[in-house]
Amino acid sequence: MDFPILSSLILLPTIGALFLLFSKDKNSNTGKYVALFTSFVNFLISIYLWYLFDPSTASFQFIEDREWLKGFVNYKVGIDGISILFIILTTLITPLCIISVNNTVKIRLRDFLIAILVMESLMIGVFCSLDLVVFYLFFEAGLIPMFLIIGIWGGARRVYSAFKFFLYTLLGSVLMLIAIISIYWIAGTTDIVQLYEMGIDTKYQNLLWLAFFSSFAVKTPMWPVHTWLPDAHVEAPTAGSVLLAAILLKMAGYGFIRFSLGLFPVASELFTPLVYSLSLIAIIYASLVALMQDDMKKLIAYSSVAHMGFVTLGIFTITQQGIEGSIIQMISHGLVSAALFLCVGVVYDRMHSRLIKTYGGLVSVMPKYSILFMLFTLAALGLPGTSGFIGEFLILMGAFKDNFLVAVIASFGVIFGAAYMLWLYRRVVFGNLINKDLLKIPDLDNSEKFILWSLAIPVLFFGFYPEPLINTIEISVKNLIEMYNFNLNINTMKIEK
Amino acid sequence: MDNLNYISSEFFISLSIMFLLILGVFKKNSSNLIQNLSIGILLVTGILIINNPIEENITLFGGSYVIDSLSSFMKILTILGGAFVLSISTKYLKIFKIFLIEYPILVLCSILGMMVMISSNDLMVFYVGLELQSLSLYVLASFNRDQLKSSESGVKYFVLSALSSGLLLYGCSLVYGFSGSTNFNIIGDAMNSTHYGLTFGIVFILVGLAFKIAAVPFHMWAPDVYEGSPTSVTLFFAIVPKVAALTVFIRFLYVPFLNMIDQWQPIIIFLSIASMIFGAVAAIGQNNLKRLVAYSSIGHIGYALAGLSVGTNEGIQSSIVYISIYIVMNLGLFSCLFMMKRNDQYFETIDDLSGLSKNHPILSLSLLVILFSLAGIPPLAGFFAKFYVFKSVIEQSMYFLAIVGLLSTVIAAFYYLRIIKVIYFDEEREKYDTDHSVWLKISLTFSTLLILLYFIFPSKLVEIVSRINII
Repeated sequence: MDFPILSSLILLPTIGALFLLFSKDKNSNTGKYVALFTSFVNFLISIYLWYLFDPSTASFQFIEDREWLKGFVNYKVGIDGISILFIILTTLITPLCIISVNNTVKIRLRDFLIAILVMESLMIGVFCSLDLVVFYLFFEAGLIPMFLIIGIWGGARRVYSAFKFFLYTLLGSVLMLIAIISIYWIAGTTDIVQLYEMGIDTKYQNLLWLAFFSSFAVKTPMWPVHTWLPDAHVEAPTAGSVLLAAILLKMAGYGFIRFSLGLFPVASELFTPLVYSLSLIAIIYASLVALMQDDMKKLIAYSSVAHMGFVTLGIFTITQQGIEGSIIQMISHGLVSAALFLCVGVVYDRMHSRLIKTYGGLVSVMPKYSILFMLFTLAALGLPGTSGFIGEFLILMGAFKDNFLVAVIASFGVIFGAAYMLWLYRRVVFGNLINKDLLKIPDLDNSEKFILWSLAIPVLFFGFYPEPLINTIEISVKNLIEMYNFNLNINTMKIEK
Repeated sequence: MDNLNYISSEFFISLSIMFLLILGVFKKNSSNLIQNLSIGILLVTGILIINNPIEENITLFGGSYVIDSLSSFMKILTILGGAFVLSISTKYLKIFKIFLIEYPILVLCSILGMMVMISSNDLMVFYVGLELQSLSLYVLASFNRDQLKSSESGVKYFVLSALSSGLLLYGCSLVYGFSGSTNFNIIGDAMNSTHYGLTFGIVFILVGLAFKIAAVPFHMWAPDVYEGSPTSVTLFFAIVPKVAALTVFIRFLYVPFLNMIDQWQPIIIFLSIASMIFGAVAAIGQNNLKRLVAYSSIGHIGYALAGLSVGTNEGIQSSIVYISIYIVMNLGLFSCLFMMKRNDQYFETIDDLSGLSKNHPILSLSLLVILFSLAGIPPLAGFFAKFYVFKSVIEQSMYFLAIVGLLSTVIAAFYYLRIIKVIYFDEEREKYDTDHSVWLKISLTFSTLLILLYFIFPSKLVEIVSRINII
C-alpha cells in the first residue's frame, strides 16, 4: 500500500473547506453540495479502508511514516482494529451533520460548513495518529472549530458554554502535553509503536497516567469534571451537539484504550479502583440528574455522561468482553446520541423550544417521527436487538468477571437509564396534546427521514448481527490485553526479585 | 582592515544614517524618500550580514566585539522587524501628521544600537549600544508630541529607563571591580572563586536587563508606554528591542557566568514565572488592545526566559525560536490594528472589534489565527514555540516551571478567547476602511500564512537556530 490513504482521509475534508473558503457566495446551496460531496467521498474511502483492512493481525496497518520535526517527532499514522471503527463513525456522522444544516443553520452557512469539515479532518487525525505529539496536535486543534461552532451558531448562553468548553478541555490537556514531553525524555521517542515495544519505566508511570487521565477525564467527561458537557450540548447548534456527543467524547475513550492501558499498564492496574468509583458515580449520579431535567438536550447530555461512565468502566475491567463492549458501546452511543440530538433538533426547528413540557401527544401529529424516536430511545436504554444492548451487555459481563459489586451497582444504571429515557419519551410523544401550536407542525421531511434512517439502520443491524464489529476489533483487543498482562507480569517479577 | 570587513553592516548603516540626516536637511519634503531609503538600507544591511558567512566565532577589537551565528541570526531578526515596522507604519504616521524625516532615522539609530548590543562581548560596548538604542526609543515614544499621552509615555519611559540604566551601570562596575575586566571572556576565565560582590553585580545587571525586556517585577513602564506611544512605535517596542535584550541576556549569562548558574538560575526562573503569571492575569481586565499587547508581551517574555533559564544550548535555541515566532505573531497582530481605521481615525479597544467577522471575514480570520497562535493552540506556530521551550525545560526536570508555564497559558487563553468572542460572536458595527497600503496587506498575509502553515515545515527554523551553540 503505497497510496497514503489515511493522509488523504485526513486531508480531503480540509481541501473541501479550502475550496469553500475561496468560493464567493456565502449562503447558497452550492457550498453545501461541495461539503456534502467531500464528506461523502470521505465516507466511501473509509468504507473501502474497512474492506482493505485485515482483521487477522493486531499490528498497525496502512502506516505512513514521514520525517516531521527533525530527529524528534515523525508524522506517523496507521490504524488497527480499534481505531478503524471510530474513523468510520466520524465519516458517517459528518455528512449527516452537513445534511442536517438545512433547517438548523440560518446564518453564515459557508463558515459553518468550513468549521465542520476542518473538524472532520482533525477528528480522523486523532484516531489515526501513531505518535503522541501528532495525537496531541489533532486532539487540541479540534478545540478551535468546536469553540466557533458553539459560539457563533449556539443558543442564548453560547458564549459562556463555549468558554467553559474551551478552558476546561485546555486545562486538562496541558498536563498531558507535559507528560508527552516527559515521555520523550524518559523513553527517547514519542512513537507509539516503539513505546509499546519498549514499555515505560514503572517508576514514572503513575504520574504520567494521572496527567493523561486529567485530559481524558475532562473530555470523556467523567464526574466531577463533566459540567462543561451539559452546557456545551444545550447551547451548541444541533450539528455541533451531534459532533460533540458522537465523536469528540469518543476521543477520550479511545485515548484511555490506546494510551492509558497501552502505555501505562502498571499505573492502570493501580488506579483501576479510582476509575471504577468515578465511573459508578457518573453512571448513578448522571442518571438521577437526567431524571430531573426539563430540557430535552440537557437530559440527553446527562445520559451521555452516564453512558460514557459505562465505557470507562468497561475499559478498565481489562477483560476481552469489557473492552470490546466499551468500543461497541462507544460506536453505538455515537450513532444513538447523534440520532437523539437530531430528533430533538427536529422538534426544536419546528417549535423553538427544548423544554419537555412544550410537547406531549406528538404521536398524533408526527407518527413517523415518533417511531424513529422510539427506536433510538430503546437503543439508548439498551434494549436487546439494538446496538446499545450489545455494548452494555458485554461491559457488564466484563465487570462481573472482574468485580461483582461494581457490576451490580452499574446494573442499576441500566435501570435508571430505562427510567429516564422512557419517561422522556412518554412526556414528549404520548399523553394529551395540550399545546395547540403542535397541531400545525409537519412530520419529518425527506432529508430528516434520510438522516434518521441512515442512523437507525446500523443501530438495528449491529444490534442483531454485531459480528462485523467484533471481528474487526477482536484481535487488536486481545493483543492489547496480552501486552498489558505481559508488562504487568514483568513488573511483578521485578518486584519479587 | 580585516576587522572592518566583518562589521561592514554596522558601518554601512551608520554611514547611511549620516547621509540621510544630511539629505533631510538639504532636501525639502523628503520624508517619503527617506522612509523608502531607510527600508532599502535595512535590506542592504541584512544582505551584508547574510553575505558574511560565519564558519567560526570571530572576535574583533581586542575581544570586545563578536560575530557569530547568534549575532547574525539576531541581527537579521532585528533588521527584518525594523523593515516591516517602517514599511507598514507610513500611513499611520501620515494621518497623525508626524510623518517626519526623524522617524526613520531614529529607527535606524536604535537598530544600530541594537546591532552593537547583539555583537557586544564587553560590558562597555554593550552599554554604549544599549544607550544608543534607548535614547532613540525615548524620542520615538514621544514622537506624537502634541498628544499628551505620547509625551507622557516618552517621559515615563525615559525616567524609568534611566533608573534601570543606572542600576545596570552599578552592576557593571561591581563586576569589573571583582573580576578585573569588562570583557566577557576574561571575566569568565577569571572566575575561579565566586565572590558575593560578583553575585551582587550580576543581580544588578539582570535587573537592568529585565527592565529593558519588561519582565515582572520590572514591567511597570510597559503598559503605559505601549498605550501612549503612536501605534507604529508600539509595534517597534513590542518586537525589536526584545531581540537585542534577549541576546545580551544569553551572552551575559552564558559566556562569563556559566559556572555561576546556581546563582542566577533561580533569578531567571523567578522572573519567568512571575512574568508568565502576571502577564496572563493582568491582561484579563484590559480593554485597550495596545495595553493588552503590553501585558501579553510580558507573558511571552516569561516563556522566552523559561527557555533561557535551563542552562543548555537547547534551552537557548528554544528561547530564540520562541522570540522569532513571537515577532511574527505580533507583526500580524499589529497589522490588524493598523487596519482598524475608519475616516482617518484609528480604533484600538476590544469593543471596536465587535462583529468584525461579518464585515471583514479575511481580516477576522487572520486575527483568529494570530490570536489562537498567541494562546499557543496547536497546530499554529505559537504552539511549537511553547513546545520547544517546554521540551528543553522538561529535559532538565524543571517540572514546576513547566506546569506553572502551561497553566498560565490556560489563563492567557481566556483573554485571547475574549477578543475572538468579540470578533465572532458579537453584534457587528460600522465597516472599517479597506484602502490599506500594499505593505500592510503583505505583512498581514505573510505573518498569517507563516503562523498557519508553520506545522508543515516545522524543522526549518529549528535547523537554522540549531547552529547557534553558545556553551
